Amino acid sequence: MFEEFKNLWRRFYNWTVGNGPRPENEVIPPEPPPDLPFTRKFELKQSRFHERPLASRYNEWLERKSLHVFSMLYLGMSILTCLLFMALLLSTVADLPSFGDANNPVNNEVIKRYIEKGGAETGAQNIVAGMILDYRAFDTFGESAVLFTAAVSVLMLLGSVRRDSEEEILINLNNAGDGILRRGPPSLLNLKIKTGYTPRIHMFRKNDSILRGVAVMSIPAIILLGLMVIINGHLSPGGGFSGGAILSVAFMLCANAYGFEHVHAFFDEHVFIKLSSTALMIYAVLKGWSFFSGANHIESGIPAGTIGEILSGGLILPLNICVGLIVAGTLYGFYALFSEGEI
Amino acid sequence: MTMMNSFAFNIPFISIFLAMLTAILTPLIPVKKFANSNKAVLPERVTCFVVALIGVLSAILLFELNGDEPISFRFMMGHFPAPWGNELRAGPLEAFLALAFSISMFLSLTGNFDATAYDVPERRRPFFCVLVNLLMASLLALLYTNDLFTAYVFIEINTIASCAIVTVKQGGKSVRAALRYLVLSMAGSGLILISICILYDVTGHLLMEPMHFAIINLIKNNQYMHPLTVALYLMTVGLAVKSALYPFASWLHDAHGSATNASSSILSGLVLKGHIFLIIKIFCRVFGIDIIHLLRMDTQLLIFGLLGMIMGSVHAIGQTEAKEMVAWSSVAQVGYIFLGIGLNSNAGIAAACLHITIHAMIKPMLFTSVGGLSAAAHHKKGLHDLMGTFYANRWAGLGFIAGACSMMGIPTFAGFASKLSLTMAAFESRAIIWALAALAASSVLNALYYVPAMVVILTPAKNNTPLSLRDISPDRGDETCLPCKGRWPERPEGCLPPVSLSFKLSMSAFLALNFILGLLFMPILRIIERGVSVL
Repeated sequence: MFEEFKNLWRRFYNWTVGNGPRPENEVIPPEPPPDLPFTRKFELKQSRFHERPLASRYNEWLERKSLHVFSMLYLGMSILTCLLFMALLLSTVADLPSFGDANNPVNNEVIKRYIEKGGAETGAQNIVAGMILDYRAFDTFGESAVLFTAAVSVLMLLGSVRRDSEEEILINLNNAGDGILRRGPPSLLNLKIKTGYTPRIHMFRKNDSILRGVAVMSIPAIILLGLMVIINGHLSPGGGFSGGAILSVAFMLCANAYGFEHVHAFFDEHVFIKLSSTALMIYAVLKGWSFFSGANHIESGIPAGTIGEILSGGLILPLNICVGLIVAGTLYGFYALFSEGEI
Repeated sequence: MTMMNSFAFNIPFISIFLAMLTAILTPLIPVKKFANSNKAVLPERVTCFVVALIGVLSAILLFELNGDEPISFRFMMGHFPAPWGNELRAGPLEAFLALAFSISMFLSLTGNFDATAYDVPERRRPFFCVLVNLLMASLLALLYTNDLFTAYVFIEINTIASCAIVTVKQGGKSVRAALRYLVLSMAGSGLILISICILYDVTGHLLMEPMHFAIINLIKNNQYMHPLTVALYLMTVGLAVKSALYPFASWLHDAHGSATNASSSILSGLVLKGHIFLIIKIFCRVFGIDIIHLLRMDTQLLIFGLLGMIMGSVHAIGQTEAKEMVAWSSVAQVGYIFLGIGLNSNAGIAAACLHITIHAMIKPMLFTSVGGLSAAAHHKKGLHDLMGTFYANRWAGLGFIAGACSMMGIPTFAGFASKLSLTMAAFESRAIIWALAALAASSVLNALYYVPAMVVILTPAKNNTPLSLRDISPDRGDETCLPCKGRWPERPEGCLPPVSLSFKLSMSAFLALNFILGLLFMPILRIIERGVSVL
């Protein structure tokens, strides 16, 4: 019984590794006589696919197809996950309170006070500005800090490579993550692979007269529009975020029409850092005093002004200017860093 | 308010703004090197000083709040009260965790001055300090905030800054790790934002207390149950991705393993913990533990926590690089914390908070000591290259051994305290068998990779013949330090930089904390329990 089982197992094993059908019946072929060198051609024995051992067939399949199968599987799973997630979110949205209904949970005392007393309490005609820069100013401070964080990170990542000296790049290459010390100057290709550094090649810009003509007319208008949106942020729709985005467009247009060097004349990396830091610091100090005085019930001494006038809304006007400067600088900085590699 | 000092009342606000203002001002500080010192530049010193100051302030706050009756208070951010303006809230637990986080941050920075100087190009170091300060500010804001949207804003700052501090070390591997971290972390942020939108839509509030009462009313009237459940699940999954709960932890070993040591210490010790504490806060203060139980979130976290405890260790066993091994062990430790949360009782949450504290001390210690050992092995990373490095940097070696003993849960070391309190908490729950089995299995698995690592660093290497416990890294031996020609113990003087004073001091502080937390954990647990009772 045991012997039979053992025999069966050996046959099964031999079948999986592709040996002949019955090991006990196998005839060992006599050794072929040694070939004379260079007189006879070898005929390579081509074993058919199903004759080869299972292991090698599996390995070959893995080598040829696994990446393809994996990517198909990955694609399928991604689509499935997205569909499931969409179904989940759609079913949730279907159960949410219907849009615009007066009895919705969001129409509560919070919204009521924002709308009814917002103007009187914050001095801002634009109650959205009053909400984001007075009622919930801490969140907006956080949002400006998000922009600052992103700007610092991008500047650190993209701005530094170009200015690192040759030795520094060499040091960075030396601890490229694998712990192997390399000596000698790296080749250009190696340099590019390891640090993303390519020697700067100035792009040849044609003197595009149409672009320049349009730019020279539109840049002043864009700058004025941006300033107006920022300064009127507490009176009309707009504010620091939208106005800053408009201002940055003027810089981008200028850079594209006349070259980045023209923007460099007044806006480079140091100006960018100083501008962002100073604007955010003014924001933090002004609003910090407001938070501190509010929590400790001290009179803050900030006049709210008359609603509708340009000097009204307490701190909202200076805060809008700070936010506008940060947004304009950051957006232009991102554009310059990603397209040109430096500000 | 009347019972406490008016200065202490302002401490949460002051600490957040102090960290934020330092972050904003740091780019303007000139980079100045100090002669005759361990290469710390001025921005780094300023950062360390501010972090220490925040630690002192938090200690004062903790002293004020942890009287016979635990006190908690709310701080109005601006001139408008609760449902209209932003708010901060502080109790003994928040103050205690702020103290623990500042200690951990301070020691992570000071212990790794040399590694930072080696890994980070000089031009990037002020930026690194800015990002560390921003991380500190966002962690404090996550601890103290009483408003879900403020929490989200600071989660964003935290995400960007933590991805950026992975890339301060140049090189393809860290950039790849940071990209993977960024993508997964952003997916997590998206889930959290969707969840906050749903919650706002069905409750009409963003502050935690009004939202809590609105949710209780909805549950009583059986309204909007489906959106509430989906919001809770999305929020938990989003925060679990960021805090590396097991199935979502695939980014962790790469990000923590390839960053510079200071970044690895900060990321594993603090950044994970900030998000975990936010989960605890949302469970206790927004939903309430009864509703968490009703929506069956606790059982699922328990299961994933148990899974993480086992799988994190199983993955760690297979690693050949020391830092990756320590990083995978974080996944297992995060599993312990989620086990405590999943028990869904005050004792369980207190045990989870104790483990948060202990892991915030031990994991930076392990990363710092691995960094010291790897510096003694010519900045090689493989576990095998660390052979015999104990004798080159005994401080780092002692730190590694103490940290590993703590992770295995040997009595008198800190890890024992949290395992004990988790076990005690598990006795009150129905999952006792599973929890005990997983704790036992996880301790054995921890030993399976920490003991060989300890044996490796304690075995003197002779004539470049490695004793094989794991795979030998293929690039070993293809280059050697020229003066000593690779024969490690016979290395002449001056081949390695001496161990700096800041490293020794930080490591002794880590060691002292390890024993204090391991021996005197009862008073600390009592502070945490008081804090949980008023959470």
